[in-house]
Amino acid sequence: MSVLSIVVFLPLVVACFLVAVRVPDTAARWIWCALSAAEVLLIAGMWLGRPADPSTSLDFEQRVGWISTVASSYHVGLDGLSWPLVALTVVVFASCSVYALNEGNRPRLHAALFCFLQTTCLGVFAAQDLLLFFVFFDLSIVGMYFAIAGWGHGQAARSALMFFLYTFLGSLALLVGFIGLYLAATPHTFDIVELSRTAPLQGSGSVGVLVLGAILLGLAVKTPTFPFHTWLPPAHTDAPAVGSAVLAGVLLKMGTYGFVRIAMPLLPDAWRDWAWVVLAVGIVSVLYGALVALAQTNLKRMIAYTSVNHMGYVVVAVGAAGVLTGSAEQARQVAIVGAVTQMVSHGLITAALFLLAGVVHERTGTYDMGSFGGLARPAPRYAALFAIAAFASLGLPGFSGFIAEFQVFTGAIATAPISALAVLGILITAALFLRALQRLLTGETVGRSVGFRDLGAVEMCAIGPLLILALAIGVLPAPLLDVITPTAGQLVDLVGR
Amino acid sequence: MITALTSAMTMTNEDPLALLPEICLLAGALLSLLAGSFLPRQRQWVARLIAVAALLGSAAASVVALAGPARTVYTSTYAVDDATGAVRLIVIAATLLVIALGVSEVSGTARESETYCLLLLSALGTVVLAGAHDLLVLAVAFLLASIPLYGLIGLARTSAAAEAVLKTYLLGALTNILLLLGVALLAALAGATTYGGLTTELADSPAPAVAVGVVAVLGGLLFKAGGVPAHFWVPDAAQGGTVTAAAFATTVPKIGALIAIYRLLEALPRGGAAGLDWPLLIAVLAALSMTLGNLAAFGQDDPRRLLGWSTVSQVGYLLMPVAVAGRTDEALPALLLYLAGYAVTNLGAFAVTAALPERRTLASYRGLARQQPVLAGALLVCLLSLVGTPPTAVFTGKVAAFTAAWDGGLAWLVVVAALNTAASLFYYLRWIAPVFRPDAETDGKSRSRGDASSFPGFSAPRSPVTGGTTRASAVVAAVIVLTFAVTVLPLANHFDLQLTR
Repeated sequence: MSVLSIVVFLPLVVACFLVAVRVPDTAARWIWCALSAAEVLLIAGMWLGRPADPSTSLDFEQRVGWISTVASSYHVGLDGLSWPLVALTVVVFASCSVYALNEGNRPRLHAALFCFLQTTCLGVFAAQDLLLFFVFFDLSIVGMYFAIAGWGHGQAARSALMFFLYTFLGSLALLVGFIGLYLAATPHTFDIVELSRTAPLQGSGSVGVLVLGAILLGLAVKTPTFPFHTWLPPAHTDAPAVGSAVLAGVLLKMGTYGFVRIAMPLLPDAWRDWAWVVLAVGIVSVLYGALVALAQTNLKRMIAYTSVNHMGYVVVAVGAAGVLTGSAEQARQVAIVGAVTQMVSHGLITAALFLLAGVVHERTGTYDMGSFGGLARPAPRYAALFAIAAFASLGLPGFSGFIAEFQVFTGAIATAPISALAVLGILITAALFLRALQRLLTGETVGRSVGFRDLGAVEMCAIGPLLILALAIGVLPAPLLDVITPTAGQLVDLVGR
Repeated sequence: MITALTSAMTMTNEDPLALLPEICLLAGALLSLLAGSFLPRQRQWVARLIAVAALLGSAAASVVALAGPARTVYTSTYAVDDATGAVRLIVIAATLLVIALGVSEVSGTARESETYCLLLLSALGTVVLAGAHDLLVLAVAFLLASIPLYGLIGLARTSAAAEAVLKTYLLGALTNILLLLGVALLAALAGATTYGGLTTELADSPAPAVAVGVVAVLGGLLFKAGGVPAHFWVPDAAQGGTVTAAAFATTVPKIGALIAIYRLLEALPRGGAAGLDWPLLIAVLAALSMTLGNLAAFGQDDPRRLLGWSTVSQVGYLLMPVAVAGRTDEALPALLLYLAGYAVTNLGAFAVTAALPERRTLASYRGLARQQPVLAGALLVCLLSLVGTPPTAVFTGKVAAFTAAWDGGLAWLVVVAALNTAASLFYYLRWIAPVFRPDAETDGKSRSRGDASSFPGFSAPRSPVTGGTTRASAVVAAVIVLTFAVTVLPLANHFDLQLTR
């Protein structure tokens, strides 16, 4: 058994233990913390100990026959696209486990549910088999449904139902696309590595375009891109803080990860046919997400819409990477590296922002920015962290967001100059974050800000490391980029076939 | 010429041992009825023991038979192949589960041994229906599977049960006549009743006559399967009958009926004047069944009636591999896989309702996760499986069925089925949501921070909980559903799963 399988299934084992054994609340909280610390250490050890030559095969690969009637196997392994996201997953979950030390509502089941979610997230990013990918993908939806319905607030039941129905429909579109790929391959297989080698629907014309259409629909709902994003704002608004952090930090990445892992390498010529559509959807998502976020008065809804904007950059980059005519291979590679970096960057920063929004709701019971003012005086630590997160999110140099967006635009504008439209998104995001900072932190201490308790040690320990990592990547991006770049190069070759 | 002669000689193969599993079921039915007549009321469990022993014996004989070669016996009227073997095992396992989940309800009642006798007889009819390789055997099997079912549904002696049994009986009688009419017509056209004969002789028959005959037979079989347009009895039987009858009637008969439809379609000649577009007809029926079942399930408030309508929609998915019978190698494995997964999942859901007989509305399931965490978990697993969530049993069946349908050229049906699957999530969630909502009384307490008494199971159960066997059957079913892809599936991989022709 590969170490990777242990990393994937250890949280599930802990989840089963927490469900079966009635440990005291405090013990349950600390068991989750200990587990996520162990996961971080395991992944850190694996990262440092990964093979020196990254281009040949998957790291920590394991393949065991599973459903032989449909030639599906339990196949896991990591490459330059999945490494950053697996690392992101364990970091975000570790943050959440620390934040949840304050969780008072059924902490044992809460910890069990999020351990289960961690297995599904790691499974999606480690899977090298379409059916296995789908199993984890779908289970993450079930887990998040219970997180929102069970621990949410406001109209939690309704938002959870909408989330489940919408993303479940998307996942079924994905399944239909996977079956199309499976049937096109000879011999039939669900294996991603084999499928990307043979690209079975290459040159099949409309069939490939339709299959990719189904897969794109599924991924677009999950990402989410305009116009499939309508489930996101209510889900985030009513989800608990930890749920939002995981949903935005990790679950949304499953959609964009699907673009680079499945859609592009498995259906290269169909991807090139769709590239302009993807690019257009990306640009609209960037601008629409930013403009709607600008109009929000609810803090959490605003952050939710900036997610639509930020994931839009990823979509712009992968769309541009499919535009072959008159573009250099190097530019397309830069765009893909930027896209993967943006996934990591957005995961870290948005998880921090959602946890900070959760602190506001926990203290005051509202997200309405109009009810606050001058928070910096009673809560200086909160103000500092919120300001750092906001500046990181708007793409200030020195933070990971800048590295990501710079590469996205360098690559995308070089291949498709129309992408320059999306630069406006950065401007609008900057405006809305500065305005939010002004409303919340500066001025007279009024309304709900009076008597606002500053961040405690637990909250600092939960949110601080996320921002430190965002800063570290912003200052020293090389260790991350060195992992992504070789695989991004291979992906560019695969799409160019 | 010589090979034809030898094959004709082997066809008149009279081999009672090949039918040992069926004989076990028949003997078990008769013995449990006889034993019940002589046993005092409080010792009727002996009849249950006999029924269980007969089922286990039949299962053992089926496993042995699976190792043998695929063939037809009794002048080629009955097929003993992997499909029959798989159906035997699925039906036996399902009947065992039905007996287990019904213990708390049936035990010690006046009709205990009769219940077991009727269950075994109907199970026998279902198996013969699946193995029938001859129109006359098919007709007899239909009667054998149906008549005990009427008795079973009527056992409850309530007005709802009376209505259900009347509906079932009238629809059953009508479709039975249709089936006999179809059998007569096809026999007259072909001059033969075995499926081998149909394949060769029907090719030159007038297409409209063949169409009428086949549609009439299909009508009868769709009644057994509970699919549109002969589905009206299903929700009433699910709601009005005893839980035992409801669980059995919505699960077991369709196993035999769907395999019977599959065999019949495979036997029909392809091409020629009589080569009509049967896949299209079945595909349209499948689409109608899944859509109508889903739409009707939306508004239901009784969990058992909801399950009844959900089985109608499940028949739609089950008809997908049937529609591509003979057009792709994946059709039969997909059908059997889905049948096995569906049977255990549906019975698991019924077992939970059997363990909580007081709760007859969806709203009454509120707070179940706190009061009965184990049953709530079992229900969650089974309902998510009915939705088709991975990695559960119905998910594996659905993937196989979708794949087979697409491979057989019915990609549009896959899209319809995917949309229906998403829609079905809505009404299953209407049941799941109250289960995990905090109880009305304990709501305030659970919201307080760090309150140990808010753990599930600490508060007193609202309604009495019945016997351990029923609860255990729900848990066993849920465990099988959850681990289906790693426990049952590898077994299925051992078989080659081709029909004998």
